[in-house]
Amino acid sequence: MTVALGIGILVTGGVYLLLQRGLVRVIFGFVLLGHAANLLLLSSGGTWLREAAIVGTADPERMADPLPQAFVLTAIVITFGVTVYLLALAGSEHGSDDDTERSR
Amino acid sequence: MTGALLPLTVAVPLLAAAVLAMVRGTRFPRRAMLVAVLIALLAGNASLAGVVRDGRVLAHDVGSWPGGIAISFAVDLFSALMLTATALVTLVCVAFAAATDVGRNRFFGPLVLVLYGGVCGALLTADLFNLFVFVEVMLAPSYVLISVFGRSSRIAAGRLYAVVNLLGSTVLLIGIAAVYGLAGTVNLGDLAGSGRESPAMAVAAGVVLIAFLVKAAAFPVYGWLPNTYPNTSPAVAALFSGLHTKVAVYAVYRIYAVVYDGDPRYLVVLVTIATITMAVGVLGAVGESTTGTILIFNMVSGIGYVLLGVALFGPMGITAGMFYLVHHMVVMASLLLSTGAVLVTYGSQYLEELGGVARREPLLAAAFLGAAFSLAGVPPFSGFVAKFAVIRAAVAEGQYVAAATALVVGFVALVSVLKIWHWVFWGRMPKEGAQRHRSMSLAEMPRVRPVLIVPALLLTLISLGMGPGAEPVLAMTEQAAQGLVDTATYVEEVAGQ
Repeated sequence: MTVALGIGILVTGGVYLLLQRGLVRVIFGFVLLGHAANLLLLSSGGTWLREAAIVGTADPERMADPLPQAFVLTAIVITFGVTVYLLALAGSEHGSDDDTERSR
Repeated sequence: MTGALLPLTVAVPLLAAAVLAMVRGTRFPRRAMLVAVLIALLAGNASLAGVVRDGRVLAHDVGSWPGGIAISFAVDLFSALMLTATALVTLVCVAFAAATDVGRNRFFGPLVLVLYGGVCGALLTADLFNLFVFVEVMLAPSYVLISVFGRSSRIAAGRLYAVVNLLGSTVLLIGIAAVYGLAGTVNLGDLAGSGRESPAMAVAAGVVLIAFLVKAAAFPVYGWLPNTYPNTSPAVAALFSGLHTKVAVYAVYRIYAVVYDGDPRYLVVLVTIATITMAVGVLGAVGESTTGTILIFNMVSGIGYVLLGVALFGPMGITAGMFYLVHHMVVMASLLLSTGAVLVTYGSQYLEELGGVARREPLLAAAFLGAAFSLAGVPPFSGFVAKFAVIRAAVAEGQYVAAATALVVGFVALVSVLKIWHWVFWGRMPKEGAQRHRSMSLAEMPRVRPVLIVPALLLTLISLGMGPGAEPVLAMTEQAAQGLVDTATYVEEVAGQ
């Protein structure tokens, strides 16, 4: 339930920020939305499985599913990289934040 | 050839990119190496297509990890055809780029190779999460390519492009999470048919499909495409048009065939999306005033035709859709490269600033006109065969609205490309256009260099060849379609033990 609420709040905030005009806000929106997606991915492995996924340390029935954790790790790295790149674009000198006009 | 060699298709371009990034010195060795690597990859992919020609599926779990954990690669005739077409388009676009200022950038070669490696990975992987990873591998260099090369508005284009694709990727990730939560696996072989059996699974996989439809620029989220591609350099735009949206369309084909097992209940949604995409794309094209935007809107329209192929799920529809996909990759690249040669030489893509190119450059004009007729579906070019096949399949399936739309859209597409022909190639160069180019008289205007004409001409000739010689290509797409209609072989090879 906590996870579901957390994801809901993150998505709400993320979508709100995505619909803003400035690129920096949009990027923050993506940060929130990315966290929501990662939490969702993590919870898809089953939140009731709490033991460490190391052979011999716990009952295999209670071990956490390591695959979604590996997924999330990969996804975090990718989202982080793209976010940094977007921030660089937002900070570049050419053009203002408001780029609706198609210029020559 | 065994499946164990499949990862090479991805590893070779990525390693070559790393080596190429380190090569210093003059331009020649870097270009020669880039072209040599791409030729080798084209040969490899073509031989791969030869191996799986009879409908075999080669699969390999990287590192021989047990099924479900390993990164699994699989190739059937559909992915092999796509790989070959991808390598061909990449090679031609790189040859064009090498002749323009884009190719002078040291990082162009490595970026293109990483992009190409990502595309190959996405076409080969049989696992939803790895599909996401390879799509990101493909997108990362694209963000750079689109905002480093091109006109002054390229940064704005790069922002829009990155934002749309990041949103698409996030939705894709959410969809994958839902699929994993429901099924406990993301291996396509293990997911086979699950969308047909359980409605919850159909919704989860539907989220994945929505993400790919956004990336394919299908209605209603297509507006980002005409606002991004025309602002980058012509070589990059042609490269992207051949690779990016096509990978997304490929994913839609694959997922609908394997996960939904071609479930007829949801096809009406796809037919609607495809039909509207065809219509809005071409209507957008008629109203535009630059060569780039006219062509890119036509590309959106073409995506509609290709999607109609999978929306008519059946041997005829998928055969037609695949043929259209290959035809579309070749023809769009040709059109963007021939108008790109005009843009590179005369410095404008605005219709009113150009004119009289046909008189000065008859070969380039021939390349453009051929590809334009092919796009519109005029015989004897490949476009006629492709459109005819799609319309025939639509009529056979009783989708008369889609068939009529496909027919009418062909005529409107002809109008839109003839607009380019009329303004850019026919008539005379207007004075302002010549002045814009700093040389005051027309006689002093530079000629289009032959190296810029050859790539477009080559692609147009391929399209011409695929018209009268459509039979072998159609036979191959028919065999490939068989593999999607009946996915048993693919599933058997891919599924984890």
